[in-house]
Amino acid sequence: MDESSPRLQSQSSPTGWQVTLSGSWAAADLARSAVWSGLQRSIDALVPQARGAKGSWDLRAIDRLDHTGAQLLWNAWGRRWPAQVQASPAQRAMLDRVARFSVAPPQEQSLSALQRFLRLGELVYKVVDHGRDLLRLIGQLLLDIVRLLRAPRDGPWRDVSGQLYRIGATALPITALVGFLIGVVLAYLMSQQLRKFGADAFIVDVLGIALIRELAPVLAAILIAGRSGSSITAQIGVMRVTEELDAMRVMGIAQGYRLVMPRAIAMAIAMPLITVWTTLAALLGGILAADLSMGISPAYFITALPPTVDVANLTLAMCKAMVFGVLIALVGCHYGLRVKPNTESLGEGTTASVVTSITGVILVDALFAVLFKDVGI
Amino acid sequence: MTAPVAPASIVVDIRNLWSIFRVAGRDIVVHEDLNLQIERGELVSLVGGSGSGKTVMLRSILGLETPTRGSVSVLGRPAAQLSDAGAASRVGMLFQHGALFSAFSVLDNIAFPLRELRQLPDGLIRDAALVKLQMVGLDVIHAHKMPSDLSGGMIKRVALARALIMDPPLLLLDEPTAGLDPDSADAFCALIRSLHRELGLTVVMVTHDLDTLYELSTRVAVLADKHVIVHGMPKDVIAFPHPFIHDFFLGQRGQRAMELLREYPFAV
Repeated sequence: MDESSPRLQSQSSPTGWQVTLSGSWAAADLARSAVWSGLQRSIDALVPQARGAKGSWDLRAIDRLDHTGAQLLWNAWGRRWPAQVQASPAQRAMLDRVARFSVAPPQEQSLSALQRFLRLGELVYKVVDHGRDLLRLIGQLLLDIVRLLRAPRDGPWRDVSGQLYRIGATALPITALVGFLIGVVLAYLMSQQLRKFGADAFIVDVLGIALIRELAPVLAAILIAGRSGSSITAQIGVMRVTEELDAMRVMGIAQGYRLVMPRAIAMAIAMPLITVWTTLAALLGGILAADLSMGISPAYFITALPPTVDVANLTLAMCKAMVFGVLIALVGCHYGLRVKPNTESLGEGTTASVVTSITGVILVDALFAVLFKDVGI
Repeated sequence: MTAPVAPASIVVDIRNLWSIFRVAGRDIVVHEDLNLQIERGELVSLVGGSGSGKTVMLRSILGLETPTRGSVSVLGRPAAQLSDAGAASRVGMLFQHGALFSAFSVLDNIAFPLRELRQLPDGLIRDAALVKLQMVGLDVIHAHKMPSDLSGGMIKRVALARALIMDPPLLLLDEPTAGLDPDSADAFCALIRSLHRELGLTVVMVTHDLDTLYELSTRVAVLADKHVIVHGMPKDVIAFPHPFIHDFFLGQRGQRAMELLREYPFAV
């Protein structure tokens, strides 16, 4: 304990209990761990008489008293003045202020059972509200596309090309890497199983169907949902936080036409292209791994691929990718436009957007699988 | 330190400060050999045109900006050490837009510096935060609201309560009344004046608002031509011959605000 530590001495005298305080009773000094526990003990050890009406307190030796220290004393006194307090005018003013403003904290509102039950209903309304918003967004998008088709020259083409670059071109390295590695892994695993049956040559069918029809579109969509879906939500959400959305509305610029449609169009164009790119990278990985692990030459693989895998698979994959793209863009915009003007809501919106669009992609993929089970296989 | 030791009554001591920023390969000199000493208990207004380096100076005092040359010491220590642990007990800063933590309620925002000491019991912290909440003129019913539910004036008050939670001897204000309606601005000025008097604070404030300036300042420091061209009592500053001072204080707005000078004779 050094000079500045808060100290407290009490002694009994004929007139009652005498408590003398010294040192620094400021928050920073009180909160040193060695100091606090000792001080807490000595305050607790004070006999009730010293705390109550008969106590006599001398604060004049305190170097520095702040509101936290004053609060500590006031609480120790049971929130009323002891019989005798010797203090400087400044200390007394501070204690007066603390005394005046010490009130019971307001109750935080806790929920009753009925309210909890009603919360469930609110949840349903919220889901309905989301659905209605999303439906309105889709309707607006269709109207905007009609408007674009009527006057294509006035379209927001700069926005579209900018988004195409950000969503499509900058995603090429990561999608290629992931696709390639998945191709390698899949080919290795398959080669082990196929060799057991002596069905080595079927690696072409397995990889061709799996990668072209399912894995590449879904993988690319999940990557793009994480990468571009979140950034769409964040971009639009920040525009809400900084009131840019309101500024656009005041200038009479349609949000759907300038924000949602360019992103949806860019996604609809970029997603199929990225899917082709991912498929190529995955097949390259598969060809390489098949060559290394089973000795199937790349030349055989490439000549055997067209007859075994129907081109309908590729068409289906492209259609799927386009739907995924529009879905990701719409979900991203939807959550972005719902962001409230505070930073916490921005974070929540971004997370919800990514989770929803990835779930949506997988649901839509399952739907496609059921609907087109007879196509291309 | 080789700089001469300042007397104990000097809270902020800026000596030969040079602030140079490199932007696009060009050096931009904001402060050139700037000197300013602020004494304990003063309420100093920093004024200057846009881009004259007021905010950079405030940030240098806070230690958020490292001087290119020269020294800034606050409460006898280099400003760079100001933001070490326990900074809240040395200096309080009211940011222009409040800078409340949007994830915390009003009460948690105010209590945050005390909680970070990780020693004091919750009840004491809550009581101390409630006292500060009422000291800045807010009712306790607002304690559990989130910052996004507050008006601009309330955000500034909560931010002020948070800045003052550990009773720092030095308070910095960046445009305290910007964005407030006249009534709230007046009330906020009165609040700062009463806190300054009651708590014996040293206050440094950047402001463009002449009403606020006349109502509060015991001293005015004018930043122009990369220096503090004059630092003194408001009436001496107005008399100083410089084109910026002439335009700023004696323009039309200045004439109107000057009426206030007769009402508030500099005394605090």
